[in-house]
Amino acid sequence: MNSPRTLYQKHIDSHTVCPLDDQGHVLLYIDRQVANEYTSPQAFSGMREAGRKVWRPSATLAVVDHVNPTAPIRIATMPDAGGAQQVSYFEENCRDFGIELFDVLDKRQGIEHVVAPEQGFIMPGMVVAAGDSHTTTYGALGAFGFGIGTSEIEHLLASQTLVYKRLKTMRVTVNGTLGTGVTSKDIIMALIENIGASGATGYAIEFVGPAINDLSVEARMTICNMAVEAGARGAFMAPDDKVFAYLQLKPRAPQGEMWKQAVAKWRGLHSDEGAVFDREVTLDVDALEPMVTWGTSPDQAAPVGGYVPDPATQPDFILRQGMQRALDYMGLAPGMPLSDVVISHAFIGSCTNARIEDLRDVARVVRGKHVATHVRAMIVPGSTLVRNQAEEEGLAQIFLDAGFEWRQSGCSMCLAMNDDVLAPGDRCASSTNRNFEGRQGAGARTHLMSPAMVAAAAITGHLTDVRSFALEA
Amino acid sequence: MQPFDTVSGSAAPFLASNIDTDVIMPKQFLKGIDRKGLDRGLFFDLRFLESGEPNPAFILNQPAWSDAAFLVVGPNFGCGSSREHAVWGLKQVGIRALIGTSFAGIFYDNCQRNGVLAIQVSEAQLKQIAGVISNAETAKIRVNLPEQKIELADGAVIPFEIDQLRKQSLLLGLDAIGTTLQRAEQIRSFEAQHLSENPWL
Repeated sequence: MNSPRTLYQKHIDSHTVCPLDDQGHVLLYIDRQVANEYTSPQAFSGMREAGRKVWRPSATLAVVDHVNPTAPIRIATMPDAGGAQQVSYFEENCRDFGIELFDVLDKRQGIEHVVAPEQGFIMPGMVVAAGDSHTTTYGALGAFGFGIGTSEIEHLLASQTLVYKRLKTMRVTVNGTLGTGVTSKDIIMALIENIGASGATGYAIEFVGPAINDLSVEARMTICNMAVEAGARGAFMAPDDKVFAYLQLKPRAPQGEMWKQAVAKWRGLHSDEGAVFDREVTLDVDALEPMVTWGTSPDQAAPVGGYVPDPATQPDFILRQGMQRALDYMGLAPGMPLSDVVISHAFIGSCTNARIEDLRDVARVVRGKHVATHVRAMIVPGSTLVRNQAEEEGLAQIFLDAGFEWRQSGCSMCLAMNDDVLAPGDRCASSTNRNFEGRQGAGARTHLMSPAMVAAAAITGHLTDVRSFALEA
Repeated sequence: MQPFDTVSGSAAPFLASNIDTDVIMPKQFLKGIDRKGLDRGLFFDLRFLESGEPNPAFILNQPAWSDAAFLVVGPNFGCGSSREHAVWGLKQVGIRALIGTSFAGIFYDNCQRNGVLAIQVSEAQLKQIAGVISNAETAKIRVNLPEQKIELADGAVIPFEIDQLRKQSLLLGLDAIGTTLQRAEQIRSFEAQHLSENPWL
């Protein structure tokens, strides 16, 4: 009799071309790849130099997202020579190797991890790899997604496989019910704070529990997306009816009989009763408060009602040094209430939190209010389709009336590879995923939080508990 | 790929935790379509002052470690972005191996694919190594991959573990794609079966 397997093990077993040794290495078949303009060029050059063909061009979808401007008027030209060269080489590579490309003027353009699910390009049971660490997002659809470097992109383009070592498995059980104004972003931030920025290194996480079941598919994507900030090389949620309903409407979902056949198979995608995980973590969210980061690593976070911590209370020398360095960089003093932290910028965007539901959350907070006079506030929708939908729903007008910039789609100020860059000393409330030193601009300071929390901070001008706003349903 | 066998050189201590790939290779150096010029970008904000001069406080700017072949690093080194530019930059300044207690997954694989050996040691071993190499007089070490050991200047020998598959590929400098494509027939037959069982793929 077969022993019970985890969802992770099922994915790896069903995609193993052959084992490569007895230490857990396998040749793993990859169903889908998403490519961007900045991590792929050297991979394509390698293919050209070796005279290799792309193994299965239809398995790859290419999207321009990292370097393009997000100015409200969209133009094809990149403002800087480097970005222009990357985009034109990307176009050339896609053309020569037969890969479908969404360029900046395409109506379906956007951030790769927003676009791929939106197109139905990612389905339950798939194994997906891409040259971007946030490929973990796809776990919310019951797919196994993970980030790879450029050498691996080349390997994948050439062979549709990767040399892969099996991970350990961690089950995170999320119990309880989220309060009003508390979101899936707060769940994942609390988990990262709890287990640390390398707490899941070497693991694939499966999220289970009533609080996960309650979430929408988009909210689940936020959790899987940021699991990599705890070091996870993959994050899963078993697909359910919400996922099937989400997918059924997407352009590339299977139709008719094939849809029924697919769903029947997808219903088997869950960990078996009695499957053993290498590590178990439990989180209760009944009392969870909105979270914000105070430091320069995603695990340096606290409830918004809390205080900047004191490094002197940290017994471990390296961690204490890290905290002190973070506070020096962030310009914060121990003991300061987090709600006293005054911001200069508010950024709503990224593959973590720029989907339509995120924008609806923001609109509920800012409707009829105005951004604080000292704050520059930007909204960069996750995709052009999200942008169009937000305009149809009247959200864009609410944002503009409240004093937000309403921009085109791209990765933008999440990592500031385009011209959306903060200046030294700027302090940004950000719906993104990384608060690293210099991430949003050299010397700039990032506080991570949910989109609703960014919206609240934009209005008051300082970090603010969004629950103090009267939220419409 | 340059094979890794036994390499000697100085080892620079850089023990901060959670050093991410944004810090290793900042965004302004990611706009190329080749691998060139990343030596300049490596640890840019730490290595250089605002004036553009080398920052004398940074370890790789100090005489004993300016030609370091090894970095001895803190936990969770290489976390964050998947950018392989971080590893290309390390290689371009002459770093052949990293020694630390834990590495982020994507970064670890990127090292492997570029012939950079990432060695995982215990916390106690890391302390021992850092204690010796932090002294300019005893900063030189030898990393022996065939025998899986690190030899310190004070005579101490630290053994380390590595997957045999990774070890062989580093020792021989194997082209991973070429090796995999020797199994092209196997991949093709797996693929045919897989696609027929999951026709929506």
